[in-house]
Amino acid sequence: MNQHGGGGGFDEPINLPQIKFPKIPGGLVRGGILLVALLILVGTGFYTVGPEQLGIVLRFGKYVRSTDPGLHFKLPLGIESVTKVPVQRQLKQEFGFRTAQAGVRTQYAPGAKYQVEANILTGDLNAAEVEWVVQYRIVDAYKFLFKVRNVESTFRDMTEATMREVVGDRTVNEVLTVGRQEVADLVQQKLQELCVQYDTGIKVEQVVLQDVNPPDAVKPSFNEVNQAQQEKEKAINVAQAEYNQVIPRAKGEAQKTIQQAEGYLLDRVNRARGDSARFASLYESYRHAPEVTRTRMYLETMNTVLPKVGKKLVVDEDIKGLLPLLNLGTGTTALPGTGGKGGN
Amino acid sequence: MRAGILVLAAVVLIVILNAFYVVNEYDQVIITQFGKPVGSVHDHPGLQAKIPFVQKVNRFDKRFLEWDGDPNQLPTKDKRFIYVDTYARWQITDPLLFFQRLRDERGAQTRLDDILDGETRNAIANHELVELIRTTNRTPEQSETIPEDISVLENITFGREQIRQQVLAAAQSRTTDLGIEILDIRFKRINYVEDVEKKVFERMIAERQRIADRFRSEGEGEAARIRGERERELKRIQSEAYRKAQSIVGHADSLSTYIYAQAYNQSPDSRSFYDFMKTMETYENTLDAGTWLLLSTDGEFYRRLKGSGR
Repeated sequence: MNQHGGGGGFDEPINLPQIKFPKIPGGLVRGGILLVALLILVGTGFYTVGPEQLGIVLRFGKYVRSTDPGLHFKLPLGIESVTKVPVQRQLKQEFGFRTAQAGVRTQYAPGAKYQVEANILTGDLNAAEVEWVVQYRIVDAYKFLFKVRNVESTFRDMTEATMREVVGDRTVNEVLTVGRQEVADLVQQKLQELCVQYDTGIKVEQVVLQDVNPPDAVKPSFNEVNQAQQEKEKAINVAQAEYNQVIPRAKGEAQKTIQQAEGYLLDRVNRARGDSARFASLYESYRHAPEVTRTRMYLETMNTVLPKVGKKLVVDEDIKGLLPLLNLGTGTTALPGTGGKGGN
Repeated sequence: MRAGILVLAAVVLIVILNAFYVVNEYDQVIITQFGKPVGSVHDHPGLQAKIPFVQKVNRFDKRFLEWDGDPNQLPTKDKRFIYVDTYARWQITDPLLFFQRLRDERGAQTRLDDILDGETRNAIANHELVELIRTTNRTPEQSETIPEDISVLENITFGREQIRQQVLAAAQSRTTDLGIEILDIRFKRINYVEDVEKKVFERMIAERQRIADRFRSEGEGEAARIRGERERELKRIQSEAYRKAQSIVGHADSLSTYIYAQAYNQSPDSRSFYDFMKTMETYENTLDAGTWLLLSTDGEFYRRLKGSGR
C-alpha cells in the first residue's frame, strides 16, 4: 500500500506540467511543485508516538527499530512506515457480557447473544453462567505484531477454552461459591502459559470473575436452597431459645429447692440443739428438787391456761351421770381428769 | 518528441517498480517463473529484487494462523447431544509443499475443516461427555453449607486434555504432507443442545430441591433434638434437686431426732421430766377460749375444793 502511495507521489509532478504548462509561468509552477514536494516529505516523514505507545518502524516491511513516545522522523514517501502499539495501556476483554457505555453508572449491552460465551458446563455436568474479564498488556510488541495473525480473536479463543477447561474440572457449587478465586487464578496461570506457547507477546495481568450464576431456569431453586438454609437456622435458633428460656431458670429453681432444704436442716438442727440445751439446763435444776418443781410447773401452767379456757365446769366426783345431760355445743372439750397430771 | 520521452520514462519507471518487491516481517516468499518455482523459499524482510514481469511473487504468511470450527451438534458415546465449538492454530511450515498441495489459505482452510472436524467428531463419539468436560480426578473443595454427597466429581479415565492431545496427534499425522503444521486444537465451547439442556435444568432443579428439603428436615430434626434435650435436662435438674433436697431434709430430721434423743434420753428421770414438761407446753398451746373444760374434783387440781386436807 505504501509502495502505491509512493508511486502516486511520482506521478503527480509528471502529469501536472502536461496539462497546465501553456497557461502558467514556469517559475510559479516550479515553486508550486517544490512546495507540494516539501509538504509531502514533512507530512510523511514526521510522526508522533503517544505516551502509552511504542512505535514499530518498518522499512519496506522489514523491522528496523522501535521508538519511544515523542516526535520522530522516518524516511518519507512510504519507504518507512510506523505501527503504534499501546504497550503501556492495560487492555481488557469481556466475556459473557459487554460494557455498552462505561462511566459512573456503567451500562451493559443487553446480552442474549453473549450468553453463549457465559454458558459453561461444570464437572458434575451442570451448567453455570460465568461472566469474566481478562486484563492484559502487550509486553512484546514485535511478537504481538508478527507472530500471530489476528492476535485478539486468538486471545479470546484461548481464554474461552481455558476458562471452560478449568470450570469443567469443578463442581457447580465450587464455581458458584468457594472455588471462585481458585478458578480465576488457575485460568490466569494457564492462559499465561498458552500466551507464551503461542508467542503472542501478551502478559495476562488479571482474570476477574464477575457474575457467576446458575442458569436463569434454575435460579429459583438455588434461591430456595438459601431460603431452606435460613429456615433450618431459624428452627434451630427457636429451639435453642426455648432451651435457654427454660433450663437456666430450672437450674436456679433447683438451687432454690436445695437451699431451702439446707435451710431446713440448719433450722431443725439449731432448734434441736436449742431445745436440748434448754432442756438440759432445766433438767439440771429440776434434779435438785423434782417434786416441788413439778408442782410449781403444773400450777404455773394451770395459771396461764385456765383463764384462757372459755367454759370451765367443775364436777363433784360423787355426781355421776351428769355428762350426758350437758349440751356441749361446738366447743373443744378436754377432760383433764385423764391426764391432769402426767407421770402419775 | 517531448511526449515520446515522457512515455519512455513512464515505461522505464514501471519496469523498475516491477523489479522490486516488499517482503513483510511475517512473509515467506516463493518466486515463480512462468508458474515454476525458482530459487529457494526465503523470508528476508525488506525490499527485494526480481526479474520484472517474468517472475511472480507468491507470499505465504509465516505467523500462527486461525482455524475456527463450525459449532457442531454431535452425539457423545453416552448418547448426549452437545454443541462443540473448536478452534485450532496452524502454520505454513513448508511453503513450497503448501503451494503445490493447497495453493492458498482458502484451500488449506477447506482441508483443515475436513481433517479437524472429522477428528473432533471421532473423539466426541468415542468418549463420554464427562470425559470431555473434566481434565483431572481432583477432589472437589467442599463448602460448609452444601452437603458433600451432592458436590461430587465422578472419576474419569481420559479427560479433556488427553482427548485433545489425541485429536491433535491424529490431525497432525494427516497434515504432514500438506506443508502445514497444526500447533494446537482446543475445545472452545462444549454446551448442551436445547433439549438436553432442558433436562439438565430439570435435574439441577430436582437436585437443589433435594438439598432444600434436606436443610429443612435437618433444621426440624435439630430443633427436635434440642427440645428433647431441653425436656431431659429439665427433668434431670428438677429430679436431682428433689433428690438432694429430700436427702438433706432426711438428714435434718435424723440429726435433730438424734440431738433431741440425746438430750431427753439421759435417764428415766429425764424422760419423765420431758414428758411432764411437754405436756404442760401442750396445754398452753391447745387450750383456748373455745374450749370447755370439765374438771372433776377427783382430779389433782381441784381436789382441794372438796377439802383442804387429805
